[in-house]
Amino acid sequence: MLTKRIIACLDVKNSRTVKGVNFESLKDMGDPVEQALFYSQAKADELVFLDISATNERRKTLSTLVNSIAKAINIPFTVGGGISSVDDVRTLLESGADKISVNTAAVNNPKLISELAKEFGSQCIVVAIDAKRDEGEWFVYLNGGQIPTKLKVKDWLKQAEKLGAGEILLTSIDTDGTRNGFAIELTHMASTLLNIPVIASGGAGTFDHFKDVFKSGKADAALAAGIFHERTVDIPQLKNYLKEQSINVRL
Amino acid sequence: MVQGEQQDKVIGIIDYGMGNLRSVYNAFRSLDANVEIITIPEQFNSVTHIVLPGVGSFAKAMENLEERNLIEPIISFVKSGKPMLGICLGMQLLATRGFEPYEKSGLGLIEGNVIKMNFDGVRIPHVGWNALELITDHLLFQGIRKHVDFYFVHSYFFDVKNEQDILAYSEYGSRFPSVVYKDNVTGMQFHPEKSQKHGLRILNNFVSS
Repeated sequence: MLTKRIIACLDVKNSRTVKGVNFESLKDMGDPVEQALFYSQAKADELVFLDISATNERRKTLSTLVNSIAKAINIPFTVGGGISSVDDVRTLLESGADKISVNTAAVNNPKLISELAKEFGSQCIVVAIDAKRDEGEWFVYLNGGQIPTKLKVKDWLKQAEKLGAGEILLTSIDTDGTRNGFAIELTHMASTLLNIPVIASGGAGTFDHFKDVFKSGKADAALAAGIFHERTVDIPQLKNYLKEQSINVRL
Repeated sequence: MVQGEQQDKVIGIIDYGMGNLRSVYNAFRSLDANVEIITIPEQFNSVTHIVLPGVGSFAKAMENLEERNLIEPIISFVKSGKPMLGICLGMQLLATRGFEPYEKSGLGLIEGNVIKMNFDGVRIPHVGWNALELITDHLLFQGIRKHVDFYFVHSYFFDVKNEQDILAYSEYGSRFPSVVYKDNVTGMQFHPEKSQKHGLRILNNFVSS
């Protein structure tokens, strides 16, 4: 039986791991390669590595860092940040990334998703969506949560799937960094709407938050950053807890 | 980890422009195995084992192998009795034919077709860690206990014709073949190079085979 995945996320800026609250006020959280190794040993099921400076500063993700991470670990990892072309993706996959995630560039040019899926296969294309609620409706935000759009999350989810996305990484800007729990309703909407796996992100604080996002949110995977970086939540203990709650995880 | 007499083994990883070569290379290097990246037919003479990795579409993969004149050398290598390992798409290419995204003949080393996973009630692609049901003992799985999870990521599966060519099944909406074998050829749908110590154990067993 397929297990639910626990994913540790490394938001990287200028080759250092950082973490913010509601996508702002960034704190330095250490060296990404050391952390990748730590999480790999702690039995994280996957890593996501987002170069959050990439889009803003219009520079490409550092493939050298990806290369170092790939040498340090042997669990799957996804790389995102500023990816806007087939060549960007080829460089990252050749450096050792297993999957790539696209966000802003895919909204601006949805055809990018189908081009990437055709070239590399859907299984390595993750579409990341940053969502924020306004009067009951979830909208897509761009450039690391800075730019609002009129695009509804539910419409973009369906379109991304149709274009060939292999997975959705869905982050709630409203809950990100708050440690008050995942946006269950948002996650549930995506999981019900789609036939591709959904990774829930934003708001993890306790073991129960993970239980809720798997049981009520129907997520296939749950992603967190700060609570893992600060060792507030220990991944092996979290997995043991989920197992006790009858959630199938890899121990 | 690879000991003494194994130093004379040379693992040839076939580079045909289809993805995750780096991870497979890193994994074998972490076992201290001698590794050579194969890009031209002549290199098959200097290796003792071959690995066919790959992610992407079946048809494109076969076309890439054709363009690089690598099909005939793979078949000859296998006929010589030396060990071959196919990983993920590389496992699927062992089949008679595939359908991703259109019909295309495979290497024909193990009979069967590679078809879309249209299983009820599960999300496609099948992404994540899943268990194996090993049908019989096999050298490559020596030292690996039951109920161990391995990392999968795929949308198509190998619908193997003859049951005796199936070494393991996995369960995802349906029971599907996840490890295939025939004489000196083995193929695994999951990624041993991404499956931590148990995956590395399989690769180490392959080097020893």
